Amino acid sequence: MSEQIAHYSPGTHPDMPAPASIVGLRGWLQQNLLSSPLNIGLTIISLYLVYIIVPPILSWGFIDADWRGETREDCDRVGACWVYIRIWFKQLMYGRYPVTELWRINTAYIVLILAFIPLFIPGFRYKHWIGVFLLFVYPVFAFVMFHGDTAGLEIVETPLWGGLFLTLVIAVTGIVASLPIGIVLALGRRSNMPVVRALCVAFIELWRGVPLITVLFMSSVMFPLFMPEGMHFDKLIRALVGVMLFSAAYMAEVVRGGLQAIPKGQFEAAQAVGLSYWKLMGLIILPQALKIVIPGIVNTFIGLFKDTTLVLIIGLFDFLGMAQAVATNPDWLGFYVEGYVFVACGFWIFCFSMSRYSQHLERKLHTGH
Amino acid sequence: MSEELSAESLAQPTREMTVSDEVMIQMIDVHKWYGQFHVLKDINLTVNKGERIVICGPSGSGKSTLIRCLNRLEEHQKGQIVVEGTELTNDLKHIEQIRREVGMVFQHFNLFPHLSVLENLALAPIWVRKLPRAEAEDIAMQYLERVKIPEQAKKYPGQLSGGQQQRVAIARSLCMSPKIMLFDEPTSALDPEMIKEVLDVMIELAQEGMTMICVTHEMGFAKTVANRVIFMDGGEIIEQNEPHEFFENAQHERTKLFLSQILAH
Repeated sequence: MSEQIAHYSPGTHPDMPAPASIVGLRGWLQQNLLSSPLNIGLTIISLYLVYIIVPPILSWGFIDADWRGETREDCDRVGACWVYIRIWFKQLMYGRYPVTELWRINTAYIVLILAFIPLFIPGFRYKHWIGVFLLFVYPVFAFVMFHGDTAGLEIVETPLWGGLFLTLVIAVTGIVASLPIGIVLALGRRSNMPVVRALCVAFIELWRGVPLITVLFMSSVMFPLFMPEGMHFDKLIRALVGVMLFSAAYMAEVVRGGLQAIPKGQFEAAQAVGLSYWKLMGLIILPQALKIVIPGIVNTFIGLFKDTTLVLIIGLFDFLGMAQAVATNPDWLGFYVEGYVFVACGFWIFCFSMSRYSQHLERKLHTGH
Repeated sequence: MSEELSAESLAQPTREMTVSDEVMIQMIDVHKWYGQFHVLKDINLTVNKGERIVICGPSGSGKSTLIRCLNRLEEHQKGQIVVEGTELTNDLKHIEQIRREVGMVFQHFNLFPHLSVLENLALAPIWVRKLPRAEAEDIAMQYLERVKIPEQAKKYPGQLSGGQQQRVAIARSLCMSPKIMLFDEPTSALDPEMIKEVLDVMIELAQEGMTMICVTHEMGFAKTVANRVIFMDGGEIIEQNEPHEFFENAQHERTKLFLSQILAH
């Protein structure tokens, strides 16, 4: 086909449709998979890898897996034994929490989910009230529900808490508390007041410089030795405080990175219109700085979420710990792979959701053009 | 600088611009150092109400530092600065009081990118002057109309051209009803096509009797609106005069050299 070349007088050239090689399915294939001999080769190798890896996973996990039954004898096929997960599901989710009281945890979950829904509705006007509820009312409500001992609820001691429920309690507390503490520490580290700055630097460097395992170990073994006679703190609370302060130190450095990225002109313009330090920070600097470091903040959250598994070493049975405990049941020996895969999928769902939410936030808060 | 932007092409002053005897700013023997570097040397300057002062000089001569000392974005180490009867000291109360009365426009606009244009303007009235939101937004719209971009109120700074951003920045300062306006090279970061729209706003402001101190190289602007031009070099005020005398009859060699270079092209 001979190309028709049209000429237009200057300033009258119309917009032309793009050539087929860069748009549509053909354009996509051509650009992304088949753009050069090297890429054609890589595409073929990739297809081969998919061919040798994916079918075995599918047949182990789904096609050859056992889904029905009540005992290990029902797991006679070559694939995974999901019966095992179904039988121990309650333990993996709630630990040794009394079965008759599980409704309390579920109610708290449902309230949390219901409170979150309006945050996703664009233009919903009372979002800040939901924020206040989630930050100040909900923790009290959740504690009463989980622990009981008031409002006619039977007490459930924290050693009975476990499974995914315990993981969520530790992770959510750590996440919610570490951000504000981290912000304060980051501001302190950049303060003009030498004593404040020194204290913040010392705190951050101390907590960041030790492994989380050490922190947890200290909180459970050493800390009680320093307490006066008769003084008793719950082991879970000690672990929570440890996790909280540990992640706050990380968070402080992430937030400081954001503060560092705000141009000096923003501080000057805010000062020049007469804003005081806290208004300048709260209205101008932090909203911008936190937006910049959303990826870093979520990175820390995800790290914290997975680090909660370390509480096993001080005898708290979180999601992973529960899976390991269940695997030692004499009637169900030999199914630890299923347990680990299940736990891994659980963690992945939560971490991936956080990642997606952060991307949604980044898009929503994007005002540069 | 841009000589094609001659004094004639700018809006002409329409009414008498009067200067009263009331002293707005007084700098007495002011010195400032950055570490060992002596940036401001023995600055003495009195600015009366309604005066329009243009400060020019080579880069590094301390002209920006000088006006930034007036709202304490920079701290001076020696001497006395009195703005509107309040002396600038380390007292935060005094500093915040002065900043409420002194507006500042920056070379790079420094608008708050996470807030819409309207929010940029209403922010200080709401949080510093404690006005109700509705009233603050009314004031904001009023000033947006004065700088002739009310239709951009809902946009974000990143969506505006440089000239529009600078006009928003001027309006943002005006929303605090300042008694003094400081301009730190307000047109230096703008494309040539946009300089005029910003200068027009500044000229209008001058006609309304605003006390203004402008660090700028727009000599056309200096000739039209300034009643005093100050030349600085090496941290010192070398000479100051009313514009006609300053441009036609400079006294110091250093001033003549500077003027010949900046007016040469």
